[in-house]
Amino acid sequence: MKDPRSFKSWLIVLIVIHTVVACAGFFAPYDPIEQDRKNPYVPPMRLHLVDAQGYFHMRPIVYPLKLREGSFDEYEEDRAQPEPLKFFVSGARYRLLGFLPSRLHLFGVEGSRIYLLGSDAYGRDQFSRLLFGGQVSLLAGLLGAGMTLIIGLCIGAIAGYYGGWRDDVLMRVAELFLALPWLYLLFALRAFLPLAVNPLQAFFLIVVVIGAVAWARPARLIRAVVLSAKERDFVRAARGFGATDLYLLRRHILPEAMSVLLTQAAMLIPQYVLAEMTLSFLGLGVPEPVPSWGNLLSSLQQYSVLVSYWWMYLPALAMVPFFLGYLGLASALQERREAYKIERRSLGSLM
Amino acid sequence: MRYLLRRLGHAFVLLIGVSLLTFLFATLAPGNYFDEMRLNPQIAPEAVAALRAQYELDRPLPARYVAWLNSTIHGEMGFSFAYNSPVAPILISRARNTLMLTITATLLAWGIALPLGVWSAERLGRLPDRLLSWGTALLLVIPDLALVLGLLVFAVKTGWFPPGGMVSIDFENFTLMQRVRDLALHIVLPVVALVLSVLPLLVRHVRAAVADVLGAPFLLAAQGHGIRGRTLLYRYALPAAANPLISLFGFSVGTLLSGSLLVEVVMSWPGLGPLLLESILSRDVYVVIGGVLLSTLFLVGGNLLADFLLYWADPRIRRESSAR
Repeated sequence: MKDPRSFKSWLIVLIVIHTVVACAGFFAPYDPIEQDRKNPYVPPMRLHLVDAQGYFHMRPIVYPLKLREGSFDEYEEDRAQPEPLKFFVSGARYRLLGFLPSRLHLFGVEGSRIYLLGSDAYGRDQFSRLLFGGQVSLLAGLLGAGMTLIIGLCIGAIAGYYGGWRDDVLMRVAELFLALPWLYLLFALRAFLPLAVNPLQAFFLIVVVIGAVAWARPARLIRAVVLSAKERDFVRAARGFGATDLYLLRRHILPEAMSVLLTQAAMLIPQYVLAEMTLSFLGLGVPEPVPSWGNLLSSLQQYSVLVSYWWMYLPALAMVPFFLGYLGLASALQERREAYKIERRSLGSLM
Repeated sequence: MRYLLRRLGHAFVLLIGVSLLTFLFATLAPGNYFDEMRLNPQIAPEAVAALRAQYELDRPLPARYVAWLNSTIHGEMGFSFAYNSPVAPILISRARNTLMLTITATLLAWGIALPLGVWSAERLGRLPDRLLSWGTALLLVIPDLALVLGLLVFAVKTGWFPPGGMVSIDFENFTLMQRVRDLALHIVLPVVALVLSVLPLLVRHVRAAVADVLGAPFLLAAQGHGIRGRTLLYRYALPAAANPLISLFGFSVGTLLSGSLLVEVVMSWPGLGPLLLESILSRDVYVVIGGVLLSTLFLVGGNLLADFLLYWADPRIRRESSAR
């Protein structure tokens, strides 16, 4: 991954994923909480290009699933009614990006319902739930990481810039937070907040809890950057010209911390999405019926689901590209930082 | 020796700090164990108040903290409302199971990561090394939750391993050999989940540390003196790479403890994880505080062990501490 282009390609991967999730209403065929009680636990439908008579179609077709004779949870394809896949169909109402009302969906079928990833116990489309659940989980990750970085930035800057007793106290507290196993800390914090809340409150609650837990590591990194930056000559010169503390921090010191912040963000966001997933999976996060990547998987806690409905596990695999994107981005950023450091060091020795 | 004493003192202060922190959160929290009773029309408000008074929930924070410290010194760690008994005995039986899991996983993970990382660093940039790097990257991006659930699906589909729990139902009637076998079968899945979740990180760090040392000038000099092969690797390279790895050891204990929380709940391993979840849901504060504190104790213990190892392995630290 030495290629400088790798940074850009990972960024593109991530932008695509985030766009699809942000516009979930358009890419998902159905509303995530719309139930279809007649079709519980439908397995994923297959897209066919060749129909039952052996004819080839340019447009993919699906066969609606019907219960097999004499069984109550096994489905088979109803070959008599092929349903061509239609693009840009009008369906359930949604708000694009939260404000643009629309009914346009990327794809859908007209006669019956299409379940690309199967359906859950209430006949809700797992594919739609995956996309909409991504909105909750990604937003939690992004907001939580933003909050952590702001807290870390403030504390790191204060500790590094002012030093003295402030530095001592803040860094001792940081060590305290670093010492706790973070999931236990997350649990402990969540334990002491109200349990029965509505989805929106629950969402902000876990964002705050997740964001408040891991500020210690970024704070320490930023403190180190500030410590070295405030001794640089141009910073001293600026201070000599009468620059205030706030001006110095804002204009001269914090830009130095930018690369640390970016790398930390790339590492924290997937970690926080994972944290949200864990909390929601265990029933401490975003409650049903609002989907999130965590409670999408929580039905797998039931033994019967685990045994009979394997496609309930598919969303877990669908999340992998997201984590891969952030891992790639983080390592590309880190390499850039190291290259920059080496560059500066060699420049320094030249002069 | 002063170095070790200082680390020990540090650990103690840390534990006190954590207990204060969790206590603070516990009191700031809305609601308590008896809230549900207050909604019940059959129970008089006076009775609830009396219960609160009996368990000293109506006293101010400092008084409760002191009372809790007192009971901790006497080996009780407060009182569990749900279990109607002191917290410590409940915690200890659960903690034993968690320790069994995490210690096995730690040993196994390091036992695999060390040779694998060294092996990969020796072949830096060549095909096996690159394959391994891709493998660890792949493991790294699979979310823990997906990993654990995937293993469960695997266990259920193949039927090779029991899909949860720690012992079979008729464990009591087993002979000793059967018991060992039963336990071993049950522990495989959670341990594999834990090892797989922490392994990629360890392998990558071991590889980086060893590769760093292998490129150092003093190894080139050693090679020039005709030292090569295993002697070079184990006698000269590994001790020099040990320092960051030992620090990583302390860190890996923390990661495994956090990881085991999830693994235990999903695979219904009767450790601290399910207990903690259960007590959170019922607002059994002292059990929560005790659980968090105990996990911190394990983590601090792991870090102390790392410090001891570091003292033993790194002559610079020994000299520094004796010079002062």
